[in-house]
Amino acid sequence: MKLRRVRAVARKEFLHVLRDPRSLIMGLAIPMLLLFMFGYALTLDVDRVPLIVWDQSATPESREFVERFTGSRYFDLAGTTDNYRTIEQAIDTRRALLALVVPTGFTRDLQANRPVAVQLLIDGSDANTATIALGYAEFIFAGYAREIRLEELQRRGGQTLRPPLAVEPRVWFNADMLSRNAIVPGLIAVIMMVIAALLTSLTVAREWENGTMEQLIATPLTGPELIVGKLVPYFCIGVFDLALCVLVGRYVFDVPLRGALPLLLGLSLLYLLVALSLGMLISILGKTQFVASQFAMVATLLPAFLLSGFVFPIENMPGLLQMVTHVIPARYFVTILRGIYLKGVGPTVLWSEALLLALFGLVFLSLAMCKFRKKIG
Amino acid sequence: MFARLKAMLVKEFTQILRNPKMRVVIFIVPMVQIIVFGYAVNTDVKHIATAVYDLDNSVPSRELVARLEQSGYFDIVARVGGVDQIGNLIDHGRVKAAIQINHGFAADIKGGRTAAVQVLVDGSDPNTARIVLSHAVTIVGRYSDQLLVEREVRRRGAAWQPPELDLQIRTWFNENLESRNYYVPGVMAQLVLIVTMMLSAMSVVREKEVGTMEQMIVTPIRRWEFILGKTLPFALVGYLNVAMVTALAAFWFDIPIRGNLLLLGVATGVYLLSTLGFGLWISTVSQSQQQAMMSAFMFMFPAMLLSGFAFPVENMPESIQYLTWLNPLRHYLVIIRGIFLKGVGLAVLWPQIAVLAALGTGILAVAIYRFRKTVS
Repeated sequence: MKLRRVRAVARKEFLHVLRDPRSLIMGLAIPMLLLFMFGYALTLDVDRVPLIVWDQSATPESREFVERFTGSRYFDLAGTTDNYRTIEQAIDTRRALLALVVPTGFTRDLQANRPVAVQLLIDGSDANTATIALGYAEFIFAGYAREIRLEELQRRGGQTLRPPLAVEPRVWFNADMLSRNAIVPGLIAVIMMVIAALLTSLTVAREWENGTMEQLIATPLTGPELIVGKLVPYFCIGVFDLALCVLVGRYVFDVPLRGALPLLLGLSLLYLLVALSLGMLISILGKTQFVASQFAMVATLLPAFLLSGFVFPIENMPGLLQMVTHVIPARYFVTILRGIYLKGVGPTVLWSEALLLALFGLVFLSLAMCKFRKKIG
Repeated sequence: MFARLKAMLVKEFTQILRNPKMRVVIFIVPMVQIIVFGYAVNTDVKHIATAVYDLDNSVPSRELVARLEQSGYFDIVARVGGVDQIGNLIDHGRVKAAIQINHGFAADIKGGRTAAVQVLVDGSDPNTARIVLSHAVTIVGRYSDQLLVEREVRRRGAAWQPPELDLQIRTWFNENLESRNYYVPGVMAQLVLIVTMMLSAMSVVREKEVGTMEQMIVTPIRRWEFILGKTLPFALVGYLNVAMVTALAAFWFDIPIRGNLLLLGVATGVYLLSTLGFGLWISTVSQSQQQAMMSAFMFMFPAMLLSGFAFPVENMPESIQYLTWLNPLRHYLVIIRGIFLKGVGLAVLWPQIAVLAALGTGILAVAIYRFRKTVS
């Protein structure tokens, strides 16, 4: 490999990038767009769930009970009603997610110590939101039921009673349980893959499709020289995006960085190399730009989004798919990012992930070099 | 004129189907995606790896741990003898939660005091952490209630009955709260968007980039014939994908299809107007396939993320919620989830279909209008 020739290819590729300012701008704008969308607009945190209420009892006690729900920050009163038809309509049109039906004899039965059943109807189609909303409802309800019971006992026993057990929750690493603190670091893994998928995957396929590869073949250039030379400009763009992500995460979104910055940067560069090599490999195998772009989507972007544990926890996946996630480099990098950002752990914990990333990079790069043929047809 | 259109269609189909890699991309990749992502996209939190640090080791403490384990939400994977071990396990990601029961737990319960159960969760995955905590509070609360009642019954004799307040929960549309039922139709909508939009955007630009566009211009083909020739095959591909994915969803994933399949077909057609329209519009403003692809992504990322596919629209800031009205994917998602899970029909879904139709014809009109300049 001659450095002079690598430099010539890198220069040519730089010119390519610079002469297409729109692609370059989008290569920087798309990561920013992702960061701001995830930072501001997208969250799995569930609060203010729209709730529709049918209070058949309409007593001070039942109103107090309903108030527990609507007064909490988890639920928003979307309306009151006096029939099931409206409830059905409200849920069908997604105006309400939950309906609370308080029975006629709520107060009377409670005072007479007869069992009372409160009905909760929930739209289960969005299972995640429904599960969380249900958890809130059960939590509020259990609190009320417990109070009623304690009051009743105290009334009879004439002494103050304390509940036998209490949970002391302690949340580590992300005490407020803000999803932003977990999402923004994970997003770095996705953004690096975006560069690989969007920019690198087309670079070799384009030369084949436009016929300029024949000109390159006529030069003394070797395969590895071409590949390394072509990677240089995209590496620079990736480094720029990385710096942008870290700065925006720190100064715009206030995501705490508990670990060492040099470790974060070093491992990010390693991951960037892995992503670029993968994009390059796809470009060499794809031959046409459309095919390469679609393969890049499937092999880099979507797995980085869906199989890395970035949004959907890997532990919830079926066993076979969990094994598949082991060949997704983004998985290891998401672990590294969360480890450094939120847990503040160092190389003693993360060395195995780093080693695997290096291995992936090596495999992708050597595959790319070995699959690249300087031959026509 | 149909002869010209037919020739154009033959050319396009040949171009799509000739390349074996292209066949894989269009027909096999979506199937693989729907299967992989159907399993991956899952927010059901169960079997959370949990460590137990039981300093009391008494009957009630063991009972509590057993109850947590029996609930199905907690898998006790480690019993530790120190706090530092818990830290180590959480650092390495081996456990997501830990239960610590201190000395004097049983004595506190017996003495009528409140005994504390410490629940530690790893907040680096906040969604899971929240669900873990709420389950822990519910399970411990239930045990606490039972202990209280037992104590009172012992004190007052067997005749005493505590007041009973019950919460009856009825879940509509998705009884077992399987998140897969919600996400698989969503993956389908995304696939159709990706394939049809990228195909239409890149195939027109490819003609420009490779230079065959000039050849097209010198043929007697008319503008609308060219456009139909460039969109009809991709619409067909989109329909084929929807059919394949619907079959997979129904027979592989056992996702209920409660509504009308004909309505699904109509809605898909209206949705394709927008995806193809955007693709065509991108092709008119791009000079190279790279630009077309980048522009497509610039559109697709917000479309996919601000659609309510994974992140509920209701959680977004209000201004962005209004913006999502311009997003065809958002409306199509409401439609297919309505048809698949809720079994609702035109009576409920007409606003979405109307908006989709308006968006689709709008963008298609803009694309066709702009197209004039590039062909001639």
